[in-house]
Amino acid sequence: MKKAFWLAGAAILALTQAAAAGDTIKIGFVSTFSGPTAVIGNDMRNSFELALDHLGRKMGGKPVEVIYEDDGQKPDVGKQKTEKLIQSDKVDFIAGYIWSNVLLASLKTAVDSKTFLISANAGPSQLAGELCSPYVFSTSWQNDQTPQAVGTYMNQKGVKSVFLIGPNYAAGKDMLAGVKSTFKGQVVGEEYTVWPSQLDFSAELTKAKNSKAESIFVFYPGAAGVQFLNQYAQAGIKGQIPLYTAFTIDELSLPLQKDNAIGVPGAQQWVNDLPNAENKKFVEDYRKKYTGLRPTFYGAQSYDAVNLINSAVVAVKGDTSKKDEMKAEMEKANFKSVRGPFKYGKNHIPVQNFYLQDVVKDADGQLSLKTVATIVKDDQDRFVDKCPMK
Amino acid sequence: MLVLVEQSLNGLQFGLLLFLLAAGLTLVFGIMDFVNLAHGSLYMMGAYFAATFVAWTNSFVLGILMALGATLLLGIALEFIALRHLYGRDHLDQVLATFGLILFFNDAVRLIWGPAGLSLPLPSWLTVPVQIVPGVFYPAYRLSIIVVALAVAAMLYLVVMRTRIGMLIRAGASNREMIGALGINIKLLFTLVFGLGAALAGLAGLMQAPILTVQIGMGENILILAFVIIVIGGIGSIRGAFLAAIFVGMIDTLGRAFLPDLLRTVLSSAAASTAAPALSSMLIYLLMAIVLVVRPEGLFPAAKR
Repeated sequence: MKKAFWLAGAAILALTQAAAAGDTIKIGFVSTFSGPTAVIGNDMRNSFELALDHLGRKMGGKPVEVIYEDDGQKPDVGKQKTEKLIQSDKVDFIAGYIWSNVLLASLKTAVDSKTFLISANAGPSQLAGELCSPYVFSTSWQNDQTPQAVGTYMNQKGVKSVFLIGPNYAAGKDMLAGVKSTFKGQVVGEEYTVWPSQLDFSAELTKAKNSKAESIFVFYPGAAGVQFLNQYAQAGIKGQIPLYTAFTIDELSLPLQKDNAIGVPGAQQWVNDLPNAENKKFVEDYRKKYTGLRPTFYGAQSYDAVNLINSAVVAVKGDTSKKDEMKAEMEKANFKSVRGPFKYGKNHIPVQNFYLQDVVKDADGQLSLKTVATIVKDDQDRFVDKCPMK
Repeated sequence: MLVLVEQSLNGLQFGLLLFLLAAGLTLVFGIMDFVNLAHGSLYMMGAYFAATFVAWTNSFVLGILMALGATLLLGIALEFIALRHLYGRDHLDQVLATFGLILFFNDAVRLIWGPAGLSLPLPSWLTVPVQIVPGVFYPAYRLSIIVVALAVAAMLYLVVMRTRIGMLIRAGASNREMIGALGINIKLLFTLVFGLGAALAGLAGLMQAPILTVQIGMGENILILAFVIIVIGGIGSIRGAFLAAIFVGMIDTLGRAFLPDLLRTVLSSAAASTAAPALSSMLIYLLMAIVLVVRPEGLFPAAKR
């Protein structure tokens, strides 16, 4: 008798718990929270939390629960964490992903389970092309787009030849391919370095210097970008061979790169001074909430990811089982992005502007990034035709 | 030709830096028979101390000297508090304990300095490139690393080969029990050797700091190379560590510099640029494997026990 009583109690408890689970919107967030690139993951988490604060931590009237998982910048770990979030936490959405190789390893798990995956940074070419999926959206870009914009800018400047240096992994190859696809001058050399362990670029810099190239292009995200700029300046070629970059200078690396970054241009789809109300609110509230820190493009993309998810949840009034309706709503990009309005291509990659950014001293005497010009308008990635979705 | 000179200097500089790290490791491993995975943490602490002290004192040289002293004291304290209790244990216990120390140091640094890393800016007199032969300009700072490391190597050689302490160290390397039996204070000797090793690791870390960033976990990748070097050079042998370090530095740098072009003559350009970095990072381990097969004690083993 007593046993039956306990069993009934347990059953009721289980039932109420199941009901409670249906009443929250569960989001999994995979990013790097340990090791040298943890600063990027922290910035993404900060922005994600800020966006949730701005929504009152509710979507479609339901409270939001976020589970953060650390991928340690390793594809195998990222895949495990993605499986854990989808299979045992049963999240409605999974977001984050800094690294293209981590995302590629985790992609299949999300797509097979029909869980919406929002990439807030990584944009490997495969994701835009043959591996595109109805369940995958990007709030960033396809990897090639940013360096393509840099290549276009170099054409505008009349640069005749370039030496390319980048890390030997999925995104590094995409980045160098991107510059090559738009740059009209001669590519005199192309070097790939071991990623992420190689931090000394002396051999590559010596080769670039002796190649007599008119310019150098690099892609080194995170701390590697600090090291590259240091060594570039120390080698004494800063005054001789101008440097062009993609994802090498941002608000996280700038305090360490200091004056080495002045005069080194880059391209980005979001800059902290973009003049729209949503962006102003994001940047100001970020600096208020996290004293001493400034948001980066990684953060801006994570902030947008929250609002994209929110638009879908609001459209179905919190009923996350209506996947087709949520997909249709997200395809409209019907939310106020901090980069300004954009559209989605049929492969769910944004069709968006890219801006030229430069490093300047701001009013507080601190180094900051500033929009100089629009390099390309409404740019669509070049893999969209390989995507079988309509 | 001039490119070869410059790339060789790059290799030499990298090799000498590795030597500073490997020298401490080989002394501790060879003489004290102690496996210290936390050696890379001392390298990291040297860099963090240097970044902090240089910022405090506003003087590069003074800050670096203070950092060197601080790492030496840290090494001695570490040996006194934790490591000396592990000498009698087997290697697996030592590996586990010092691996724990890596985690401890990483988190301690995160608590004290934060996760973002620091930068160690160079004084302006070290940022200008120097012309070494006509047409070849080399960064002054990398040149100064070569000079300092060569001076330290020479000093180490003199201390180990020409002084009484050095004689004891060499004696310790060949037979520990015997010099203990002869009434030498082996505990003090071990503490000194460990402190010296720590200072050398700290020196490597702080000299590398202006080139790389000062960050958590910076010692872990490079520690693997240091172990490769002491295996190639022969455990316990300073001379072996010196030659193996230069060998490894050269192979690594020249491999990265010339392998892509070599491969391009046989492979397509795209395949070559992908394969070259992978292959060149393999060369060192290939060398180690060959040495292990041909001469398992290393190229220049310390005298037999």
